Amino acid sequence: MERLLQYALTGLSAGSLYALVALGIVLIYRSTRVLNFAHGDIATVATFVAFTMLTRRLPFWAALGASLLTGALVGVAFYLVVLVRAQRRGANLLGMVILTLGLALIIQGVVVYVWGAEPVSLPFPISDTRTYSVGLVVVSQLSLATMAAGLLGSVGLYVLVQRTRLGLAMRATSENLMAAQTLGIPTRLVLSVSWAVASALGVVAGIFLAPALLLDPFFMLDPFLKGFAAAVLGGLNSLPGAVVGALILGVAESLTGAYLTIQFKNTLAFVIIIVVLLVRPEGLLGREFKERV
Amino acid sequence: MAGELLEVEQLSLRFGGITALDRVDVTVAEGETLAVIGPNGSGKTSLFNCITAIYRPTSGAITFRGRSLLGLSPDAVASGGIARTFQNLRLFHNMTVLDNLLVGRHLHFRKNFFEALLRVRREEIRHRRRAEEIIELLDLEAVRKSRVADCAYGVQKRVELGRALATEPRLLLLDEPVSGLTQEEKDELAYWIHEIRGRFGVTVLLVEHDLRVASRLASRMVALDHGVKIAEGTPGEVQQHPEVVKAYLGE
Ligand SMILES: Nc1ncnc2c1ncn2[C@@H]1O[C@H](COP(=O)(O)OP(=O)(O)OP(=O)(O)O)[C@@H](O)[C@H]1O
Ligand SMILES: [Mg+2]
Repeated sequence: MERLLQYALTGLSAGSLYALVALGIVLIYRSTRVLNFAHGDIATVATFVAFTMLTRRLPFWAALGASLLTGALVGVAFYLVVLVRAQRRGANLLGMVILTLGLALIIQGVVVYVWGAEPVSLPFPISDTRTYSVGLVVVSQLSLATMAAGLLGSVGLYVLVQRTRLGLAMRATSENLMAAQTLGIPTRLVLSVSWAVASALGVVAGIFLAPALLLDPFFMLDPFLKGFAAAVLGGLNSLPGAVVGALILGVAESLTGAYLTIQFKNTLAFVIIIVVLLVRPEGLLGREFKERV
Repeated sequence: MAGELLEVEQLSLRFGGITALDRVDVTVAEGETLAVIGPNGSGKTSLFNCITAIYRPTSGAITFRGRSLLGLSPDAVASGGIARTFQNLRLFHNMTVLDNLLVGRHLHFRKNFFEALLRVRREEIRHRRRAEEIIELLDLEAVRKSRVADCAYGVQKRVELGRALATEPRLLLLDEPVSGLTQEEKDELAYWIHEIRGRFGVTVLLVEHDLRVASRLASRMVALDHGVKIAEGTPGEVQQHPEVVKAYLGE
């Protein structure tokens, strides 16, 4: 029982990171129908910015702020400079998805060039060795902080989208761009905000993942794929679905590692996804989302 | 000329080899209701799309309240005071009826970002009141909290009309507002459009296939055929115009 709870908790912590990644993917997907394959790489370059600032002994909050800003700016710049123009010249969706792949490769090149390919460790103020006992389970400070970040990111996004006027404009824009425009909504500005918010959510995942492992130019690849899988599992256009999918994925992965074999950790997660998608192609909450939001 | 709200001059729109609009002149005076008629594919929707900046005309001029609309973005045109409905409804299907109307209030939200974020209460009440007024007027009370996708077609048509009205436009463009409705619903909606004009003092430019409804609502009529304006005048004159009769017989 303890063992089960302990591994479930580890899974929730990993799932929180996947949720942050998945929310960004879904936010972009439902507003522009573009799958952003550069999502992880935007987070990578931003996390390296934090790395540079932290190794220079700048305060954590400054480093966090700077990396969030970096991520948001890269996202917005890509949207405004590349995607908007491509769209104006009649690029189709597949073309735009390929453009995001191009951005991913460019960022990887830049990161390797500036920071090198050697793994480095991120000096982080939150420890993953200091632990607390909560009832039957033990939780590290880093796990707690990660779960808090995941919760804050999800709730924050929910409030933004469902409870603010900007969110109303975001929902209108993603549901029917032309109607939103003719009602006076500056859709390009609204979509820029979506790109900024989505990228920043990915950056938070990067920042909280980095201290648990070594930082290298490809460290976001695995969480990006997991976040993508979680988004598909939850229903690609559903924000609550992204969170649910991510938590299920994180816990399933962790339990597989514990009770079956660690080699199956990734495999079983994707088997679950395939099964769910065969039974419910729209994802777990894909349809419910359509009905409500 | 004084009193002209909208002036469209020598407007042409081409898509490759197709000429959707061919040197069309239309003026709409403040306070009037002008109907645009014409067979399928004659360019009526294209005219609306040019006015609302969804299409960029190939040549010609569009002036609204003395200012050119050419080169503006659709949201800038909307903020100038032009609202429209679409021939094939473009609603926010997964939102409630009330939220659809509130999106229409977007232009009148305070521009201050933080106030907007906090949804200041007094502002909120003001916007809700306007939305409530429209709900009452268009008899949407029973469905206010329903998701639009779950509403009947006739209701959806009214929601789209209400949403356009929520922007408080000076000029309202209606693209076939009664198409797809039953005879009874048509009469109802025509009555509501009539009411709206009186209550909000809005100028209306209307595309309508149903000539009975069009002549009931409009004081003036313009007929298009293959992108060319073939007649203009009172509804009676236009419908008896030989070119118009010919165009409709050919359909
Ligand atoms: N985006 C577009 N691309 C190519 N051709 C177009 C486009 N939009 C309209 N057209 C063409 O322009 C012409 C006018 O179309 P439009 O939709 O304005 O007609 P309409 O008068 O509104 O017809 P209806 O009564 O069927 O609604 C048609 O030949 C149509 O095929
Ligand atoms: Mg039409």
